[in-house]
Amino acid sequence: MVSLTINGTVHEIDAEPDMPLLWAIRELVGLTGTKFGCGLAQCGACTVHLDGVPVRSCQTFVGDVEGAKITTIEGVDGNVAETVQAVWAEMDVPQCGYCQSGQIMSAVALLSENKNPTDDDIDAAMWGNLCRCATYQRIRGAIHETARRLEA
Amino acid sequence: MYARFPKAVGNLPKLPTSRRGFLLGALATAAGLTVGFRLGGEASAQEKPAVHPFQPYIAIAPDGKVTIYSSQFEMGQGAYFGIATLVNEELGAEWSQITVEGAASNPSAYGNLALGGANQGTGGSSSMATSWERYRKAGAAMRLMLVEAAAREWDVPAAEITAGNGVLTHASGKTATYGEMAMKAADIAPPDEIPLKPASEWTQIGDASLKRYDSKMKTDGTAPYTIDLKLPGMMTAVMIHPPKFGATVEAFDATEAKALKGVVDVVQIPRGVAVVADNMWTAIKARDLVDVTWNEENAETRGTDEILAAFVEQSAAAPAHSARNDGDVSAAFAEAARTVEATFTFPYLCHAAMEPLNAAARMTDGVLEVWGGHQMPDLYQYIASEIAGVAPDKVKLNVMRTGGGFGRRGVMDADIVAEAVEVAKALNWAHPVKVQWTRENDMKGGRYRPAVVHAMKAALDADGNIIGWDNHIVSQSIAMGTVFESALVHDGVDWSSVEGANTIPYHIPNVNVGVTNMQSPVPILFWRAVGSTHTGYAVEAFMDEVAEAAGKDPVELRMELLENHPRHSAALALVAEKAGWGSPLAEGRFRGVAVVEAFGTVVAQIAEISLPSPDQVKVEKVVCAVDCGVAINPDQVVAQMEGGIGFGLGAILAEEITMTEGVVDQENYDTYTPLRIDQMPEIEVHIVPSEAAPTGVGEPGLPPIGPAVANAVFKATGKRVRTLPFSRGMAA
Ligand code: FES
Ligand code: FES
Repeated sequence: MVSLTINGTVHEIDAEPDMPLLWAIRELVGLTGTKFGCGLAQCGACTVHLDGVPVRSCQTFVGDVEGAKITTIEGVDGNVAETVQAVWAEMDVPQCGYCQSGQIMSAVALLSENKNPTDDDIDAAMWGNLCRCATYQRIRGAIHETARRLEA
Repeated sequence: MYARFPKAVGNLPKLPTSRRGFLLGALATAAGLTVGFRLGGEASAQEKPAVHPFQPYIAIAPDGKVTIYSSQFEMGQGAYFGIATLVNEELGAEWSQITVEGAASNPSAYGNLALGGANQGTGGSSSMATSWERYRKAGAAMRLMLVEAAAREWDVPAAEITAGNGVLTHASGKTATYGEMAMKAADIAPPDEIPLKPASEWTQIGDASLKRYDSKMKTDGTAPYTIDLKLPGMMTAVMIHPPKFGATVEAFDATEAKALKGVVDVVQIPRGVAVVADNMWTAIKARDLVDVTWNEENAETRGTDEILAAFVEQSAAAPAHSARNDGDVSAAFAEAARTVEATFTFPYLCHAAMEPLNAAARMTDGVLEVWGGHQMPDLYQYIASEIAGVAPDKVKLNVMRTGGGFGRRGVMDADIVAEAVEVAKALNWAHPVKVQWTRENDMKGGRYRPAVVHAMKAALDADGNIIGWDNHIVSQSIAMGTVFESALVHDGVDWSSVEGANTIPYHIPNVNVGVTNMQSPVPILFWRAVGSTHTGYAVEAFMDEVAEAAGKDPVELRMELLENHPRHSAALALVAEKAGWGSPLAEGRFRGVAVVEAFGTVVAQIAEISLPSPDQVKVEKVVCAVDCGVAINPDQVVAQMEGGIGFGLGAILAEEITMTEGVVDQENYDTYTPLRIDQMPEIEVHIVPSEAAPTGVGEPGLPPIGPAVANAVFKATGKRVRTLPFSRGMAA
C-alpha cells in the first residue's frame, strides 16, 4: 500500500512503489484530467505539481512521493490558476485540448514564481510541453495576458 | 457474411444537396423535440419510420438544453463549434445551453455531401462544406416549429413572434423559452420551405469574437477522451506489433507475463499480441515479459535509405502513369534556351497526435458497442460487425473527441477499432476492453505520410518565359488496394499522390505530370493536407528556382502566371502587401513566399527567417492570407492557420520516420520531434473577404510553410533545401 496526498485528500492505494504516479492518479484514484502522451518525460501532458513544483508524473514513482502534496488539474486553485484558466478559455487557446492540462499546470507554476515572464522565460518553462496542434502562439499570449491581469 | 461495404467510398455521384439531407422529420420524446433526417421525407410527427430509425440533427429538451448531433468528427479542428455556429445562426438558442455530440450509423442522414454523399466521414477539410446547408436548415426548421407552436398556443400569427437567445416573444409581451415550447413544437410538421437568413442578417457566422463553446472543459481537465473511458469491469490491453511491417506472429510465450498480478490474459489477434490487464501500468509491465517469435517472410526488410534510393532512381525514368499532359513538353524542352532541374526527397512522417491511438469495445446482449475516434464510421461499423459476427445494425459506435488526429483516425482497415473488437472477442466478450497504444506503438505502428520523390524540370525560352514543366512523382499509393481505390485512383493515378502537382494553377503552355507507384509493406495514410504536403513544397520551391533562373521576382513571376486564378492572385497580393514584400528587412532577416491551394482553399504565406548558425534556420514571423469562402468562425480560421503552420513547420524542420533493416528507428518524442514553443514563429493571419460557400481550413494552412521557409533559406544562404527534413537538407 502507498499513501498519496492528491488535491488535499489522502488516498491509500494498492500499488508497487515503481508505479508511475501518472497511472496511479488516472487509474487508481480515477482523476483523468492528467494525460498520458509519451511515458518518457518528453511531452508534458502528464504534468502535475509536487509541492508546487511542476513534474512529469509519468517519470515520478509513487514510492518516492509519499508525504508530498500532489496537485492535479482537478485540484489546482488560487488566483493564479483561476486567472490562467479563465484567460485560456477566453482566448480559445485549446484545439484538441489533450495537452492543455499539462500546459496549464506548467503555466501556473511559471506565473506563481515569475510575475512577469519574458518570451525567453516562457520558452524555458514551457519547452517540455508539446502541443501537436501547435497552439503555442496562443499559449504565449495567454501567459502574457494572465501576467497583465495579475499585475492589475 | 453481410453485404460488402460499398467499395466506392465517396464515389457516388454528387447528389443535389437541396433535397438529400433535408427531408426533415420531427419526433416528440420524453426528451423533448428532435429535428432530424427522416427517410422518405414525409414528416408526420411521432411516427417511427419502418426502415431506418429516425436520425437526429438537433434535440431540444424541456429544460432548454440543445444537443446537436454532428456528422463530423472532432479532433481539435473545431468542427463541432463550426456546426453549432451554423445551427445557432438559424435557431437562435443560448450558447450556454448548447452541446454537440458525435453521431454515426446512418449515411442517409450524415453522409458527407462534399465527398459524394454516400458515406459519413471527416476528411479533406470538408466539414463546413458538407454542413453548410444541412445544419443551417435543421436549425431554421426547429426555430420555425417553435414559432408555430407558440403561435398556436397564444393564438396569434406566427409572423408576430420573434425568436432569439432561446426565447420566443410576441408583440403583446407574451414570452416562452424554447424549452417550454419544445414538447408542443414536436406535434408540428417540419416546414416544407426552409428559408435561410441572407448574409446581411448573420449575427454568428463571421463573428470573430464568438468563442468556442468547448474551451472551458479543455482548461479544467473535464473534456472526455477515449483514454478516459471508464466502464464497469473494463480491462486495458496494450499491443505488441510486429517489429517489421508485413511480419506476423509465429509463436509467443506469455508464461511469465500471465503470472503477474492483475494480468487477465495474453491473446493473439491478427495484428499482433495483446496483453490484457486490470490497469495500464500492469499491462505495460507484463508486455515486457512476453516473448514473441515473428515470421518475417513477407516483411519489409529494407531501410529507408534503400527505399528512397530506389525512389530516386525510378524518378529518372519515365513515369508509369500520366496525371496531366498539356501541349508538347518534349518539343518545349527541345527548343528551350535553358532548363532548370531539381529532385526533391520527402521522408515518411508520423501523425504523432498527443493522444496515442485507442478504442474500446463491449458486447452486451448481442449488441457490440465501440468507443473511439470514428473518423469513418460507416466503414468501422462494417468492419466491427464482420469481426464480431453480428449484423451491422447490432454495432453501436460511440464517437469520442480525440486528442488530435491529423488523418490518423481515418484508416481503411480500421486498425485500432479492429484491435479493440478482436481483443474483446478473443476474451469471449467476458470484459469490456480498451486497447490503449503506448507512444512507441503509435510511432512504430505505421500509417505514415508516404515517402515521396519529385523530379522536376522546367524549360525557359530566351526571354525567361516558362515554356515547359515536367514533374515525375514517385511514391506509394495510399488508396490502391483499399476501399478508396475506385474513388481515388483513375488510370493508375492516385489522386492523393498528385493533387497539387497536376493542378498547378500557373499558366504554362506545356505541362507533363506523371506518377510511378512503388510497392512496400510500409503502411501509409492520409496525413494532414495529404498530397499537398509534398506537392506544395516541390512546386513552390521549384517555382522559386525557376524565378531565380529567369531573373524574376518570385511574387511578380507568380502574379504573371496566375492571371486565370483570381483567388490565388488575390491571396498572394494580400500577403505581399501585409508582409511588405520588397521592403527592406532587418539585418540577418530573409523572406520567402509560397501560395498553395488545398481542398478548395487558397493560402499564401511569407516567412521571415534568421540563421542562428549556418545550417540551422529560425522562422521569426509568418504572414498568412487565406481564402476559404465564407469564414464561419474567423477566429477558428486563424487558429487553424496557426496550427497548420506549426504542424507543417515541425515536419519540415526535423520530423522523419526512418527505418534500419525494416525496423523503425523512432520510438518517442525524443527522436521524432514535433515543433516546440521556442520554434513557433509569430503568425499574422489575414482572411480574404468572400461570399462564396465555405471550404475548409483544417489542412490548407500547412502546405505553403515549407516552401516559404525553403525559399527564404535560399535568399539567406544561396542553398536549395531539396531533401527533407531541413535537419538533413541544410547539412547536405
Ligand atoms: S506522458 Fe509524461 S511527459 Fe509525456
Ligand atoms: S491542443 Fe491538441 S495537442 Fe495541444
